[in-house]
Amino acid sequence: MFDLKDLYQEVIIDHNRSPRNFGKLENPTQVAEGYNPLCGDKLNLYLTTKDDLITDVSFDGSGCAISVASASLMTDSLKGKTVREAEQLFENFHDLIMEEENPDTEQMQSLGKLAALAGVKEYPARVKCATLCWHTLHSALQGDECSATTE
Amino acid sequence: MSKANTANNIKTSTLDVEKIRKDFPILHQEVNGNPLVYLDNAATSQKPMQVIEALDKYYQNDNANIHRGVHTLSERATADYEAARGKVRDFINAGSEKEIIFVRGATEGINLLAQSYGRINLKVGDEIIISEMEHHSNIVPWQLLCEQTGAILKVIPINDAGELIVEEFEKLLSPKTKIVSVVHISNALGSINPIQHIIDRAHEYNAIVIIDGAQATPHTAVNVQVLDCDFYVFSGHKLFGPTGIGVLYGKTELLEAMPPWQGGGDMIKMVSFEKTMYADLPYKFEAGTPHIAGVIGLGAAIDYVNAIGLDAIAAYEHELLEYATEKAEQVEGLRLIGTADKKASILSFIMDGVHPHDIGTILDHEGVAIRTGHHCAMPVMTHFDVPATARASFAFYNTFAEVDSLVQALETAREVFA
Repeated sequence: MFDLKDLYQEVIIDHNRSPRNFGKLENPTQVAEGYNPLCGDKLNLYLTTKDDLITDVSFDGSGCAISVASASLMTDSLKGKTVREAEQLFENFHDLIMEEENPDTEQMQSLGKLAALAGVKEYPARVKCATLCWHTLHSALQGDECSATTE
Repeated sequence: MSKANTANNIKTSTLDVEKIRKDFPILHQEVNGNPLVYLDNAATSQKPMQVIEALDKYYQNDNANIHRGVHTLSERATADYEAARGKVRDFINAGSEKEIIFVRGATEGINLLAQSYGRINLKVGDEIIISEMEHHSNIVPWQLLCEQTGAILKVIPINDAGELIVEEFEKLLSPKTKIVSVVHISNALGSINPIQHIIDRAHEYNAIVIIDGAQATPHTAVNVQVLDCDFYVFSGHKLFGPTGIGVLYGKTELLEAMPPWQGGGDMIKMVSFEKTMYADLPYKFEAGTPHIAGVIGLGAAIDYVNAIGLDAIAAYEHELLEYATEKAEQVEGLRLIGTADKKASILSFIMDGVHPHDIGTILDHEGVAIRTGHHCAMPVMTHFDVPATARASFAFYNTFAEVDSLVQALETAREVFA
């Protein structure tokens, strides 16, 4: 029996209510759009990278608490990371909410506040809410023109 | 909650709901440690034992292909299959069993009409009228047809209560109008449309009228001869029957003039490489081995609904809807989407600061099953400028106490996000 509070942790409620890095960047170097056709969640991601380093990142759009909080936490954790580090973080995050085995200590440390989304694992229908922003990031970093979807 | 308004004080004499609930085994289970409260009936309804047993009996005793064998099992299966067609005919008061075509569901019925009727009858510049509140299944088949024929799609707008704007419909009608295809009851809003008026007016322009009755048949009696609609489609699974079976009703003279939709066994009289003769109605449109068990199960579902009576069902569900509406309006920050004057038992809503998907997850945690999302009616979401809604939809086996559980779970959702 899972407690609702395992999913809707304080951090998630807080980031949903006051999302960080919300809005457009002035001169982004990469932009990508994410869309979940099953539920209609939409997300735009704005990135500024310089010499492989993510110097600034923001997002806007609409979605459920899980998707907004996930995007907010993601943008917070990306600033100052290299593109490779960002992709590695996506992998660790993916393991956190998809894999049966929990990530090891080192991975958990790298996740930092993102670990607040661990409860999503128990709600398979909501996993895509949490990963939409990461798929969007991936397509922004790859320079994909078409929008990222969770399908 | 004031005492005068609690479920225990509601006295309804129209239905013996406790007795009815015993017929539905699935309702008696716990979900996440709470008694299941199933309020997703507009997506699919639950099945009574009588339907489950009919499927069971068919597979255990009578399974055989129909219209072919001379052996006993085939004769039994054929008799039961055709008896179900008779039940459907009576259920919607069609003029003849030839007018009852079995399809996979309402969606397939509309696609059949678009491709078989539409492709031979529509040409460039002809117009098809649908409405803003249609399910995607009554939008996309017509868009495909428009691409194929050059016909034009026209849309009747809705007002902010979620009602069709009839005056706008009148303005769209013209000699170019060839098909009017509208929903009887909206799945996303619950609005009951004035289909009699729509049918009568469209006929003045010699347009044919298709009614999507997927949400209507479980809640209201349908008489296709009185309505004088040209086609009517519905799905078995929303009517307490199996999934994968549905009905297309059509007027004989229209069906006879239409080409077959799919070719194969059972839809022919004679095949040679020079010329193939098609079977008579209704078999012309039933190529291949049909969903025999589904048809028999649908027949059992219709028997079940008839035994309770659609008038009694409609009256009880109306009481449930009124109660639920009153309760929901008391939830702080809740806004109903769809407040039509005439409504079936569907309650669509949004809540300040709580996204519908979060409502859905929190309600499920409390054992309450509702639908969240765009309900395959994205234009409706666009009209109300919302990405999604939460939707509770009631059947005759739902209780006033379950409405209380819904409202209590909504309060929990509000607290989580407070």
